Amino acid sequence: MDVIPKWADVVLIPVISLLLAAILSALVILAIGENPWEALKLMVDGAVGSTYGWGYTLYYATNFIFTGLAVAIAFHAKMFNIGGEGQAVLGGLGVALLCLYIPWPHWSLALLGATAGAALFGAGWAVIPAYLQAKRGSHIVITTIMFNFIAAALLNYLLVGALKPAGSMEPSTGKFPAPTHLPSFQDMFSTADTVMFRGAPANVTFFVAIAACVAVWALIWRTRLGYELRAFGHSESAAKYAGISPTKIIMISMTISGALAGMMAINNVMGEAERLVLNAVEGAGFIGIAVALMGRSHPFGVFLSAILFGFLYQGGAELALWTSIPRELIVVIQALVILFTGALDNMVRMPLEKFFLARRRAAKPKTKLTPAE
Amino acid sequence: MTAPAIELKDISKAFGPVQANKDINIRVMPGTIHGIIGENGAGKSTLMSILYGFYKADAGEIWISGKKVEIPDSQAAIAAGIGMVFQHFKLVETFTVLENIVLGAEDSGLLRPSLARARRELKALADEYELNVEPDALVQDIGVGMQQRVEILKALYRKADILILDEPTGVLTPAEADHLFRILENLRREGKTIILITHKLREIMEITDTVSVMRRGQMTATVKTAETSPQELAELMVGRKVLLQVDKKPSAPGAVILDVQNLNVTDAKGVHRLKGVSFQVRAGEILGIAGVAGNGQSELLEVLGGYEKARGIIFMNGEPIDLTGTKSDGQSRRARGIAHVPEDRQREGLIMDYAAWENTAFGYHHDAKYRSGPFMNNAAILKDTEEKMARFDVRPPDPKLAAKNFSGGNQQKIVLAREIERNPDLLLIGQPTRGVDIGAIEFIHQQIVALRDQGKAILLVSVELEEILSLSDRIAVMFDGHIMGLGPAESANQIGLGCLMAGMGGDDTRSMTGWDISDAAKIEAGTPSLADIEKNLAHAGTAEKV
Repeated sequence: MDVIPKWADVVLIPVISLLLAAILSALVILAIGENPWEALKLMVDGAVGSTYGWGYTLYYATNFIFTGLAVAIAFHAKMFNIGGEGQAVLGGLGVALLCLYIPWPHWSLALLGATAGAALFGAGWAVIPAYLQAKRGSHIVITTIMFNFIAAALLNYLLVGALKPAGSMEPSTGKFPAPTHLPSFQDMFSTADTVMFRGAPANVTFFVAIAACVAVWALIWRTRLGYELRAFGHSESAAKYAGISPTKIIMISMTISGALAGMMAINNVMGEAERLVLNAVEGAGFIGIAVALMGRSHPFGVFLSAILFGFLYQGGAELALWTSIPRELIVVIQALVILFTGALDNMVRMPLEKFFLARRRAAKPKTKLTPAE
Repeated sequence: MTAPAIELKDISKAFGPVQANKDINIRVMPGTIHGIIGENGAGKSTLMSILYGFYKADAGEIWISGKKVEIPDSQAAIAAGIGMVFQHFKLVETFTVLENIVLGAEDSGLLRPSLARARRELKALADEYELNVEPDALVQDIGVGMQQRVEILKALYRKADILILDEPTGVLTPAEADHLFRILENLRREGKTIILITHKLREIMEITDTVSVMRRGQMTATVKTAETSPQELAELMVGRKVLLQVDKKPSAPGAVILDVQNLNVTDAKGVHRLKGVSFQVRAGEILGIAGVAGNGQSELLEVLGGYEKARGIIFMNGEPIDLTGTKSDGQSRRARGIAHVPEDRQREGLIMDYAAWENTAFGYHHDAKYRSGPFMNNAAILKDTEEKMARFDVRPPDPKLAAKNFSGGNQQKIVLAREIERNPDLLLIGQPTRGVDIGAIEFIHQQIVALRDQGKAILLVSVELEEILSLSDRIAVMFDGHIMGLGPAESANQIGLGCLMAGMGGDDTRSMTGWDISDAAKIEAGTPSLADIEKNLAHAGTAEKV
């Protein structure tokens, strides 16, 4: 029997962690002479106070869902994929190539093609560290980090060279042709008299992300592959006993992980920028780690925490725009959230465990005797 | 009247909802050996951890020599004169014996004077108690028996008057255990108080003055050893009469199922683990492999189970099996009719975080009845688990409970149910009752014999000699990667097997008729001396530390 009830584990602990992060953030804002309450109101207003705000929040959230799922699925196989950033960069490259060089008749086909391309490129970038881990024992954390740098350098090289349109002064590809433009929320939800989500970048990819959540959930908890993957993550020695090949699991889990990270590109490259620019990923690969941690590596948890981080991103941007609170402080707030929800998880968990124990004992003075050593 | 050396009053301790100790009372008089016996999970180790300051009791008092003491940590326990010898030794393998003894009890910043003093005291202690060790040998080079003596010396060097030994004979051969008991008797004679925690009735009867029985976190009885019997203690332990003997008919061996020829294994470090092992197992017989842990039995099971590469030939039902290539994995072995109950159910046999039903499909999750396309057929597995739990009396019968929340015996039943009900031609079974309570042992033994009577071949590996003797039809003894002897169980005797387990031949093995003794064991003549056995065990011990 677990000490903490399930609802407390998945809801209460993250909420308390968030509150602690919020309190500390408020103190920091106070210290620089601003009003934390005003700041919070601005953030909420900016991020979820209008369809425009939601359009940005959900756009960021879509990125984080993909990278969060990527980290989460690797976690289940006890692989720590730090390379979401690089895999998303490569995914962007795949999207750009497909959108630029294939004459798509309609955006829906382009979306399918680009999704496949993004997944393929992202997966390809993850497969190399996976192979090195499985066959050579090179630590996946080290290699995926290094591959982030290689990906950035590769993109840099291509965007000032082969992919740059002749005569352009900007390190980016040319604009994707019109048939590849994805419908934005504004296109999808505006009616004749009201314009919704005006100018916001959220687009149809958000629904692809939701589908990905469902698919990942089914994969992890319903398929034989997911069963093997989790078994390997829990106990490598038991997996070997059962005849589950470690090489196979490492390769497959990292391939799926890389594919998911790569798929982020259909949101930011195809859906928003409609061309490939330098630094398109903007750290979403790393945020994915925090998202997966906070979401307890469960697709639904990843979805919720991705929305939260989307809120922080958009709310933070608003804050920087309307107050003298510097942009850097937003990073501090985000860092505090990551710190409390990820790294300091046990700080909240331990007192809660004690609390639930005491309550349980008070409720049932005659505890059933269960043998334990 | 002298005060008790140690007295526990109403000690209680709970871990979450689990009450590990409840109102425990013990009085141990100075100069006596007090046994604490109980099934796995009865709360013995928890109680001793409280006494040694690892856990804090929720309630209760500890009195040492008539004074109430608080023991918040192990430093306080040592100061109170309590010494502890753990089941798993806490020694620095790359330090010498002397350095290990001094570690943490140095006199000053300089090491040399401490070591010199320790060397003098060690000599005195060795003479007094028969506690001989080699002060300058590295711990990794000495045998398990000597490592244990180092642990005892560590406690005595810290002026312990009360010595707690937790399952001390688990890793020892019979000869080594006898040596340990002589040491304990010497210590008792010198007025030391000893608490011996064990689940072996024989040891309790042999050496203790008084014995306490624990059951489900409570002390069910404290009796004078001379006034009790093994049957009575066993009954107090499990709360009902149990059979200590296995009822079985003579075997009716059929065709050769498993034929192992000249099997060799070299591990990743280049150590030769199996050295030309050959044997056969027939349908309808149990071949027991005896030996001290770490003499190649684990590797043998791993090769047969498909997750260790080997050189040699193995025929299964007359067909060779792949020992190195793509077909040398667990899935392929299962397809060939080999089921495997591994030695370590927590590391290999089960995923501890998986629910019982998920573990029921473990290794067989690609079976047609457990799958539907790429998906698992969860409903079918759940139903199957419920039925298996009922047939194997797994408690609690809750398929959705995680494996880690079952007791050792019930965990083992989950593994057994999975492997036996697969109806294999050959069942590999390692340490079937390690960490399993007596009630479950009886059940597990019956299941193994029943499978044999259905005409299945069974390869049993166990470090418990009594288990080997009571279950096997034929016995092979492994030592240092060799099979030292192989013969019928009827003519085997404990001492002869003990000699073979220590790598020796001798008169006792010659009296075992029908036995095929290896040349390695035939070389010496006469019964081996204790020193010879120890020398060989030191050798065996180095192979064990992996």
